[in-house]
This record gives sequence, structure tokens and C-alpha cells, in this order.
Amino acid sequence: MQQVVNGIFLGSIYALFALGYTLVFGVLDILNLAHAAVFMLAAFVALALVGHGLHILAAFPLAVLGAGLLGVLLERVAFRPLRARADSNISGLISSLAMATIFEAVAYLVWGPNVSRFPFGTIPESQFHLGGAVISRLQVTIIGVAVALFVALTWLVTRTRLGREVRAVAESPRAARVLGVDVDRVIAWSFLISSALGGAAGVLYALAFNAIQPDMGRGVELKGLAVIVLGGMGSMPGAVVAGFALGLTEVFVVANLGASWRDAVSFAGLFLILVLRPRGLFGAAALREA
Amino acid sequence: MMEGLADLYATYQSTLAYIGLNGLLALSIYTSLSCGQLALGNAGFAAIGAYAAALLTMNAGAPFPLALAAAAVVPALVAIPLGLPVLRLKGIFLAIATIGFGEVVRIGLVNWDYVNGAQGLVAIPQKASVGLIWIVLAAATLLLWRLRGSKWGFALEAIRQDEPAARTMGIDTASYKLAMLMLGAALAGLAGGLEAHFTFMVAPNGFGFSRVVDMLVFAVVGGIASVWGPLFGASFLTVLPEAMRDLAPLLGIEPGPLRMLVNGLILLAVILFLPQGLVSLGARWRERRAARARRAA
Repeated sequence: MQQVVNGIFLGSIYALFALGYTLVFGVLDILNLAHAAVFMLAAFVALALVGHGLHILAAFPLAVLGAGLLGVLLERVAFRPLRARADSNISGLISSLAMATIFEAVAYLVWGPNVSRFPFGTIPESQFHLGGAVISRLQVTIIGVAVALFVALTWLVTRTRLGREVRAVAESPRAARVLGVDVDRVIAWSFLISSALGGAAGVLYALAFNAIQPDMGRGVELKGLAVIVLGGMGSMPGAVVAGFALGLTEVFVVANLGASWRDAVSFAGLFLILVLRPRGLFGAAALREA
Repeated sequence: MMEGLADLYATYQSTLAYIGLNGLLALSIYTSLSCGQLALGNAGFAAIGAYAAALLTMNAGAPFPLALAAAAVVPALVAIPLGLPVLRLKGIFLAIATIGFGEVVRIGLVNWDYVNGAQGLVAIPQKASVGLIWIVLAAATLLLWRLRGSKWGFALEAIRQDEPAARTMGIDTASYKLAMLMLGAALAGLAGGLEAHFTFMVAPNGFGFSRVVDMLVFAVVGGIASVWGPLFGASFLTVLPEAMRDLAPLLGIEPGPLRMLVNGLILLAVILFLPQGLVSLGARWRERRAARARRAA
């Protein structure tokens, strides 16, 4: 029971991170490798705000907003100039790597290489018991925030005008443009939402483990890849289901095989899925093979 | 005079060695890119080559040339069962699958007690000299350069530009792609084997995702239109941190982050403004001068 709770808790962070990743992939067919750097910077921004005396409940939305703005910056600098190129998905991957390196360097310069922690008392310590498992209030809050964000995103994508436009651009940018959609604006919004989700995941992750480092995004970056591949590239329900699946599997692997095998699950899974079922669990049968 | 040169060599020996090793690694990424495939498993291949060679010299007492041959052959053989399924994937998906492969290799080594897990192998005999590294690099460059002008080279270029069209024209695209993946694996493995016998140690975490990112950056910053680009990119980005070492204290920042920042900015500038890489600067400059001369005439 305890394992299940821990797995769901870890999974909700993976799912949140992967949702942003897969949103941009769905819209642009581009892998944004700077997503993990935004995840990390948002955690630092939240830390800085808390350090200036803000309550974490106020710092969290501000950090998420900051992450969203970083996403817009990222799109303007690293993706928009390349959009007309024939190999824009590979050159976009490389320019996002460049931005990830720059973001990480900035974090090292500002906050140094050591582990930073939230000041004592930022996080409520209370716990309660449920069916033999110990659950902290923090864990419940994190799962709650994640679920609220899933619901908000689903509503946004399925019910609003912006959501319809995002889906139209994902289907075919050219057709969307013909139908009068401002494609550049929609892409900028997608980056804003995607990076805000990544930033939210970053702050929650930092709170959960109370450790923030400039390279904390790296491990999550590759796991996020595994999650979006497993769920089906560009599929949002897939990312959520796969995120929880990975979280639960990892927790059980650590309990039964040992911590050093934890990361093997995601990469072996990623590899097998791409070889056996490239469209993932929920992906559309797109042209992924040559 | 000779003494001065010897001192200079002693100081910069490791930089010289790493120019060669990084050049090999950059070429290993270039081989797949030359037929349009972004395969990012080369840190894994380098690890396999390094461990294969080191285990042979340390535990089997094998002569170094044999170990070095194994460093090339073992990864190339591993590339066959890897390549057969994953080379059917396109673009980004191939990149992701091969990243997954690289991480599986690294995690496998971390969990393999026979090779000391995360600590890795130490006290590997030092057999690789700077000269040997450069000879291997020169041989690899010659091979790839000759390949480029051959019938093979044209087939690879055709696959890079339009794979379905190349297949329609009767080019066996799957075999060419697999061959280039194997060649890239062999070059990465050689670099790994040489590095292990130059630094006396290997550890799995030296072959993580960031290592393959470095290789890709070398190739892209130099330019992937010819063999010279990756070589130039690797040399430039290996020497640059040495040159910047004195600059960091002047700016009041740590050398590590400064290096990252400069690398990131260079990569961004190249991908945005110089898609053919730094080596295309020379050609551009010559063109501009020729245009000016024409106008003057």
C-alpha cells in the first residue's frame, strides 16, 4: 500500500512533466530538450521567492508563470527562426539543447553547484495514516495540484477556442493557417502552457525531495522521454497514464530489485516500445517509420 | 629549444590526446548523420569499446593491438541487433531509441559487479600514446574522406536527401544505414578503448547522455557537410576551455559554468546563423571577397 502511494505520488510529477513535453511535440513534431532546464529553473525561482519571504502558496504560481514566460522566450529564440527549414525537427532538437545548456549554466552561475534547500518550515510536516500507509500532507497536496492541472489542461484543450486552435495546428499547420488560425500565436501559447506545466512539475519535485540543483533536470528529461514514447508521442491522456505507470513501476523495482535498477526500467521500456509498438499505447498510427 | 617543446608537450599532452579522442567521437556521430540518421547511441558504443579493450588487457593479458581491434569490432557487432529494428524509425524516434540504448548500456555497467559497478575499472595499463590516438584519427579521417567521393558516398548522400526516392532508385537503404551505424559504433568504440588506455580508468558515468550530446555538439558546430567539420568542431571546442581558463577568474566566475555558457551560445549561434557549421565561414568569406572583386572589376 505504501508503495502504491509513493508510486502515484512520483507518477503524478512524471505525468505533469511529460504532459508539457508531449504538448509541444504534438503541435510541432519537435522534441524540446530544454524542457528539463525550465523544470529546474522554475524550482530555483520558487526557492528564490520563498527566500524573499513569500509563502510557498504564492511562490508556486509565480514560478509557474515564470516558467511559462521562459517557454515563450525559448520558442522565439530557439524554434521560430528554424521553422521554415526542411530539417527543422533535428535542428530544433539541437537548438533546444543549446538553450538547455545556457539555462543550466545560468543556474550554476547564480545558485552554484551545491544542493539548495527550501528554508525550514516551508513545507508542512504533518502526516496521516490510510490503510497501513503513511501519507504526508505534502504528498496529498502534490497529487492534488497535479490532478487539478490535468483537469484544467483537458478543459483547455477540449473546450476552449485556444484548445481547438492548438489541435488544428497539431493536425496540420498549413490547413490551420488557411482556416484563419494565427499559427505563430498558437505555437507561442503551446510553449507557454507546456513550460508552465514543466515548471509546475519542477517546483513540486523540488518540494517533494527538498533538493534543488542545476543538473536536477537531466534524469527527469530522459524519463520524460520514456513517458511520452510509452504514452504515444503527442498523446496527452497517454502521457498521464504512462507517467503513473512509470512512477509505480519504478517504486516497485526499487523495493524488489534495488535502487540501481530503477532507471533501467524506463530506458528498457522506451527502447522496447519504439521497437515493438512505435506509436505507443495511445498514439495515433502516424508515419514514424521510413 | 627542444626542452621548451618537451615542456609544452608535457603541459598540453592531455589536451592533444582529447583533441584526437573527441575528433574520433565527432566522426562517429558524423557517419550516421552523413546518411541523414540522427543516431545517439555512441556514448554506449564508446563504453562497450572501452570496457571490451580494458578487460582484455587487464584480465586476459591480451596484447594491446588485439584489445584495440576488439574495441572497434565488439561495438560494431552490437550495432547489428540494435540497428536492425531501430533503423526503421525516422528522425527524432531513431534519436530517442538510441538514447535509450545508450542509457541501458550505462545502467547495465553500473549494475555489473564483475566490472566494479559505478566505480568502474582502474589501473588499466597505459598503452595509448598521443601519437597513436592521432594515427587512428588520421586513418579514420582518410577512410571517411575516401568514402565520401566513392559510389558509396553518393548512395549515402542520396539517402540523406530523400530516403524513399533513393530506395526507389534501387539503393539498398537499409544495408547502407546499418553499415554506417556499425562504422560509427566502431569509431566510438576505438575512441573508448584508446581513452581507457590513456587515462588508465573507465567508469560508466563517463558515458552518459551528456557525453553523446558533447559529440553531437562537436559535429554540428564544426559542420556536418564534410569530414573536416566534425574534426574542426572537436578541436575548437576542446581547446577553447583551455584558452578560457585564464579568462574565468578575470570575469569572476567559475571555469565550469563559463565553459557551459560559451558552448551553449556557440551552438545556438551556429544552428541559427551557420547551419553548415563553422567550417563554412571560410567558404562564405571567400565568396564575399570574390563578389567584391567582381564588383570592383
